[in-house]
Amino acid sequence: MTTDVINDQSEHDPHDGDHHDHKMTGLKRWLYTTNHKDIGSMYLWFSFIMFLTGGVMALVIRAELFQPGLQIIEPDFFNQMTTVHGLIMVFGAIMPAFTGLANWMLPMMVGAPDMALPRLNNWSFWILPFAFAILLSTFFLESGAPNFGWTFYAPLSTTYSNGSTALFVFAVHIMGISSIMGAINIVVTIMNMRAPGMTYMKMPLFVWTFFITAYLLIAVMPVLAGTVTMVLTDTYFGTSFFDAAGGGDPVMFQHIFWFFGHPEVYIMILPAFGIVSTTIPAFARKPLFGYSSMVYATASIAFLSFIVWAHHMFTTGMPLFGELFFMYCTMLIAVPTGVKVFNWAATMWRGSISFETPMLFSIAFVILFTIGGFSGLMLAMTPVDFQYHDTYFVVAHFHYVLVTGALFSIFAGAYYWLPKWTGYMYNDTLSKWHFWCSLVSVNLLFFPMHFLGLAGMPRRIPDYALQFADFNKWVSIGGFAFGLSQLIFLVLVIKCIRGGDKAPAKPWDGAEGLEWTVPSPAPYHTFETPPKID
Amino acid sequence: MTTKEYESYYVPAQSKWPIIGAIALFLIAVGAGNYVSNLNNPEASGGGWVLLAGIALIIYMVFGWFNNVITESMAGKYSHQMDNSFRQGMSWFIFSEVMFFAAFFGALLYARTFSVPWLDGAGNNAATAAILWPDFTATWPLIKTPDGTETTAMGWYGLPLINTILLLTSSITAHFAHVSLEQEKRGLLKFWLGLTVVLGVVFLFCQGLEYAHGYADEMKLYLDSGIYGNTFYLLTGFHGMHVTLGTIMLLVMLIRVFKGHFTPKNHFAFQAASWYWHFVDVVWVILFVFVYII
Repeated sequence: MTTDVINDQSEHDPHDGDHHDHKMTGLKRWLYTTNHKDIGSMYLWFSFIMFLTGGVMALVIRAELFQPGLQIIEPDFFNQMTTVHGLIMVFGAIMPAFTGLANWMLPMMVGAPDMALPRLNNWSFWILPFAFAILLSTFFLESGAPNFGWTFYAPLSTTYSNGSTALFVFAVHIMGISSIMGAINIVVTIMNMRAPGMTYMKMPLFVWTFFITAYLLIAVMPVLAGTVTMVLTDTYFGTSFFDAAGGGDPVMFQHIFWFFGHPEVYIMILPAFGIVSTTIPAFARKPLFGYSSMVYATASIAFLSFIVWAHHMFTTGMPLFGELFFMYCTMLIAVPTGVKVFNWAATMWRGSISFETPMLFSIAFVILFTIGGFSGLMLAMTPVDFQYHDTYFVVAHFHYVLVTGALFSIFAGAYYWLPKWTGYMYNDTLSKWHFWCSLVSVNLLFFPMHFLGLAGMPRRIPDYALQFADFNKWVSIGGFAFGLSQLIFLVLVIKCIRGGDKAPAKPWDGAEGLEWTVPSPAPYHTFETPPKID
Repeated sequence: MTTKEYESYYVPAQSKWPIIGAIALFLIAVGAGNYVSNLNNPEASGGGWVLLAGIALIIYMVFGWFNNVITESMAGKYSHQMDNSFRQGMSWFIFSEVMFFAAFFGALLYARTFSVPWLDGAGNNAATAAILWPDFTATWPLIKTPDGTETTAMGWYGLPLINTILLLTSSITAHFAHVSLEQEKRGLLKFWLGLTVVLGVVFLFCQGLEYAHGYADEMKLYLDSGIYGNTFYLLTGFHGMHVTLGTIMLLVMLIRVFKGHFTPKNHFAFQAASWYWHFVDVVWVILFVFVYII
């Protein structure tokens, strides 16, 4: 795609002059802002704070599991840790990080002056910290925080719940509102705000993946809202949606939850595909191999995500037809995902590759995400899933796709665009340290979990049989090393904001896209008149 | 896009309304959470008051926010493209509402098709029925639950049928109001829109009567009367909340019409309210079929 900015950024339409120089200072700037870059930065910082918060909970879990027996915490508090760790990482770390990237980059990538609905955008962000304040406040309740797992299966979250369910439910409602409004903004921005000449099939793949992800969000977050509402009425108003005594069914909870939950996991990985489809061509100095097949593959994965939910439920005693249907549909997902992995490999094939940090994270993403994909295929097979279900194998699988998948792609994106955001190059040595420490420790952390799971260690338990002790020791060491490695990133980002080598408008020679046609750091307002796309 | 000359897209200056809305939602969630947690002992927490404060604040926010939008729109700051953003935003919002109802319809259909027959031994569940619920017979509406709670089913004739006719009529009158607006017949517009609001209010009144019947001793149809009562009240209840919201939206539009707002070409807010109204109407038709008739 060749782009050509014909407008001069200093040339303004008199109509929109009134929103200039409104950049307030201090707290009000951030509270009242309608600027997509401000909001994007807030999303990214919020997600990083949540990432560290959820990370500390993971370390509490790993400290307890360092050796068999109960050492540090009570089993109930252990359950609260696993629950809130999961909720925070899914809804507080990964999703807001992607929304932050979308906010920062989408308007610049499609040549729009801002997101389509800027005030709504501010609202979508600011309700999130409040939602997590409510969720975290439950730790100070007498009953403690939610302890039923992030999947809040009934009857754990209904009949057997502690006193925190109501606050949990309303916190999730707010997270859902935030996601839906954010997704509507993304969809409308992409459909309505593209610069003249940017047809759908000329959009960067990053834009495509966020477009499709936003549709998934609009479709399934309301279903989550319905699910938590039914949990609320079952717990406090005597309904029996998930109680057989009144004609309901606890398994129905799982169906409705996973109808949300499976598209949700693609919500957390499709944007990652978009990021590495941006970085790999840039550092391989070749256009993305098979652009249109990537678009169709993303759309296929999104479609399939709606008809595979019950593969989370193979052991619930579904009818045989259901087991087979969901097994085959799940395995079908390997086809479009395979298309993507092969396309990334083909993009690098005979490319003039250089290994800047964004590229390192992207390559690690391709390899390690593929491992997560393969373990997913193993889990998709109904007969063998009976063995793996609810073991550490599942934990290993989804941490490979979420940590070395989604999180690594976020790091790749952050390194790739940091010069554009801050105007400075990040410290290269520190970034290499961050990458290599993360890479080694994350595999020490998650790879042995495969063996633990295959050997039968159940997930979500504070104690375990003696034969699992050695692996758990190494896993815990890996966990602490991985957690500490992320502090390197924190230091690096702060240093990069405060100064460093001046970044040119386009610091990566192979990079493509409109965002590189504006100066670094990107001006507060960009593309007030749209660029021309050839 | 084939515009020769690009219209500038209005990016609003900083606004205090979103953060007020965020605080309002926070108060609503904390208040409702505390209130629900202490249902047995409502005086133990001030949850109800926090909830009311949150609702008051969000009403204040909606007025302030929409006031800004209306002022900007009347000042001619919005382009055609902005209008498109609003329309698309509203459409996707309505789609998300459809999916919210889908969750509850899903629960209804799952209970009817799977869980209730299974409790009576359908499929490979003979042992479930024989050991756990030997006296249970699967029926729909489920008027006797496995644990023996008895209730009465709500018929489709009478009030529900009247309500169906009311809502269907109101969709037609809303459409007539829209046509009148586009043809610049302000008198007819006021008449049709006013009639739509009245129909909405009458619907809500009838719904209230129906609930009173349900909760009366002859019917004993309560929210906690097993899966039939659960789905009945949650589906009709959430629908009723949406009708209430839609009626308020239409009422605001009526007030704006009397103030002389809207032109045949520029009336997004009216259009949005009318879309929303058609949406609650469609939901009702599906609800009438699956909750009442079948």
